[in-house]
Amino acid sequence: MRAAHMTTTAARALPAHYTLDHLDHLESEAVHIFREVAGEFERPVILFSGGKDSVVMVHLALKAFAPAPLPFTLLHVDTGHNFPEVLRYRDETVERLGVRLVVAHVQDYIDDGRLRERADGTRNPLQTVPLLDAIEANRFDAVFGGGRRDEEKARAKERVFSLRDSFGAWDPRRQRPELWDLYNGKHAPGEHVRVFPLSNWTELDVWRYIEREGIELPDLYYAHEREVFARDGMWLSAGEWGGPKPSEEVQTRQVRYRTVGDMSCTGAVDSSATDVAGVIVELAGSRLTERGATRADDRMSEAAMEDRKKQGYF
Amino acid sequence: MTTTQTSTTQTSTSPAITTSAITTPDSEAPVSAPTAIADPTGTGTWPTRRHDLLRLATAGSVDDGKSTLVGRLLYDTKSVLADQLDAVERVSRERGLDAADLALLTDGLRAEREQGITIDVAYRYFSTATRSYVLADTPGHVQYTRNMVTGASTAELALILIDARHGVVEQTRRHLAVTGLLGVRHIAVAVNKMDLVDWDQDRFDAIVAEFAHHASRFGIEDVVAVPVSALFGDNVVDRSDRAPWYIGPTLLEHLEAVPVGTDPSAQPLRVPVQYVIRPQRGESRDYRGYAGRLASGVVRPGDEVVVLPAGSRSRIAGIDRSGPDGRLEQLDVAFAPQSVVLRLTDDVDVSRGDLIAAADEPGLVTRSLSGTVAVVDDRPLRRRDRVLLRVGTRTVRAIVDDVVDQLDIETMEQRAAPDGLALNAIGRVRIRLAEDVAIDDYRSLRRTGAFLLIDENDGSTLAAGMADAPDRSVGEGI
Repeated sequence: MRAAHMTTTAARALPAHYTLDHLDHLESEAVHIFREVAGEFERPVILFSGGKDSVVMVHLALKAFAPAPLPFTLLHVDTGHNFPEVLRYRDETVERLGVRLVVAHVQDYIDDGRLRERADGTRNPLQTVPLLDAIEANRFDAVFGGGRRDEEKARAKERVFSLRDSFGAWDPRRQRPELWDLYNGKHAPGEHVRVFPLSNWTELDVWRYIEREGIELPDLYYAHEREVFARDGMWLSAGEWGGPKPSEEVQTRQVRYRTVGDMSCTGAVDSSATDVAGVIVELAGSRLTERGATRADDRMSEAAMEDRKKQGYF
Repeated sequence: MTTTQTSTTQTSTSPAITTSAITTPDSEAPVSAPTAIADPTGTGTWPTRRHDLLRLATAGSVDDGKSTLVGRLLYDTKSVLADQLDAVERVSRERGLDAADLALLTDGLRAEREQGITIDVAYRYFSTATRSYVLADTPGHVQYTRNMVTGASTAELALILIDARHGVVEQTRRHLAVTGLLGVRHIAVAVNKMDLVDWDQDRFDAIVAEFAHHASRFGIEDVVAVPVSALFGDNVVDRSDRAPWYIGPTLLEHLEAVPVGTDPSAQPLRVPVQYVIRPQRGESRDYRGYAGRLASGVVRPGDEVVVLPAGSRSRIAGIDRSGPDGRLEQLDVAFAPQSVVLRLTDDVDVSRGDLIAAADEPGLVTRSLSGTVAVVDDRPLRRRDRVLLRVGTRTVRAIVDDVVDQLDIETMEQRAAPDGLALNAIGRVRIRLAEDVAIDDYRSLRRTGAFLLIDENDGSTLAAGMADAPDRSVGEGI
């Protein structure tokens, strides 16, 4: 009989007053990332849709620079099929914080023929061109995104600082190795860096942090009655964007959203969670990932996200 | 143990990961019971105790079952969800496999799936009632050193796999070399495929003894070895009854128990200044604070500090942090790795790139340094190269004065490097700097002893560096 220890170690527990809870670790890391960008870049921008990850980003960025105001602009790519309550939340937030918001409209591109509506009506993939144009027109050099590595397996390989060429393209085989917490933001004129401060957060971490900090979200993250119809195994919201087709039956259900994006491809889940604590309990018991449950665009193929990212998507 | 017992073992016990176990509709067993990730109180009020974070990096050789082990850790901690398993199961079936290939959970890129290899470091997340884990999964072959250095740079624990049939191989010694060089303090050794050596205790002991012999050369503080079968799940999360002679922890039990972090009070204060906060408006018109994340140490109001490289002395007037409602909170104490804002009692010149350090233990300010580098770019590092050096938040121009030698990772000997250091090479360099920088001995203070060498022209990260102690002369062993 023997134990596995080859060396008896001096390993002992740290004094409790010098240890951090894992949410404190994640917060400290994110704050560090925001400050690095503010220190190294000329024109950073936060992608802000009103979705929970972008709301948490803005909350963290405010904490990073208090008592000074937020040193970043916000950017939203509006697909034209966004949830009205989310747009309202977005505008209220911008008003409250007194920050500058740039909105790029997919609809403008469709109206003047630069982009064409897809047969399936999904507008998520159409966001890439307006995003890249907005980055170029405003000469943004660092673009914060709320992407998390736990979301999707191509994202699991993403860096915190992700260099993009002048076409916005992500080349997974030519990524800079990211060592310690020494983020290298060097880039040539015309290139920009996508920055992901929530890289190491999971969906559950985001919700626990929302609970801990008392962060307000758009109402549709909590259970509510809504007219929905089934498509591809998801509950889509009936609305002006084009759904439902005549064959799709509309019914009223109690649902909430795990992600908010384009109405044409973002599904709701059945839920009775009317507050943050309820959402956390539901999530802990969920058998589906956030994107698997609610995003039609990620189900298209095994490499759907990788392909969109290579073209310059978030 | 005899061969007969082994075959009995293998036929009488179904591996937990089988196609049927995964795809049974509404099967509660494999994926739904979320005990490990759920709120242990069942009330949604979690956490009721401090839930900490462990960062670890895996290291394995080709075909030693690393992806299976990582898949097993995710699976047995209920961190893999039904749609992910469905996808893995579907692809496994399309490829004609009878069991789900858990490696598919971790290979995220199209090229990886097409070529059946792992190209890049991938990050995985799992969580138990005790801890959250950030796992850097590093590929075993392609760009080996570059990826392992990347994964190990932020890890507190390295999980090294050894195939029980092959024992300690050349790759294992490389893993140890990188782990030791990067200053990873804890190693967990998973001696895998024990089922294929009849759970032979002598075999395990021999491997452990050989590993210990090599580990001692690299000054690793803490090594724990566990006999496992990742395929069958023995001793990964759940205890196995196939090795009654083994009384140590399962792999997960060990990960749950290993102490995380370094006691901040045992190290001197280091805060690289990231940003100067000057609102210049309203009631905070005169506010001036220095934002940074403590790289090491503890700080309290009243502490005497020195601002490097200038050397100006001052005291901490206050430590601020924003509360959830945006109001400033003043802290009585802050410690690594917290992000805070420091105010000083004197009006000294402080800007991004400076280091606020403990006045009684300030570290070295220098214009030349020696250290060990791992080259992570296609461009080789040669004598006379002009580069940028980044340490903490400071970036200065630098010249590679000398490439002293290269570590031969096969023999662990140093040899001359007349042609410089190519991608994946590890060697020692002497560097001259255009300006003063404050830098520490990497082996004492990891965060402020680490540096990057950056290409001046295209901004690529060329090498990961670890500075020597200031008084170390060139010519000693690594």
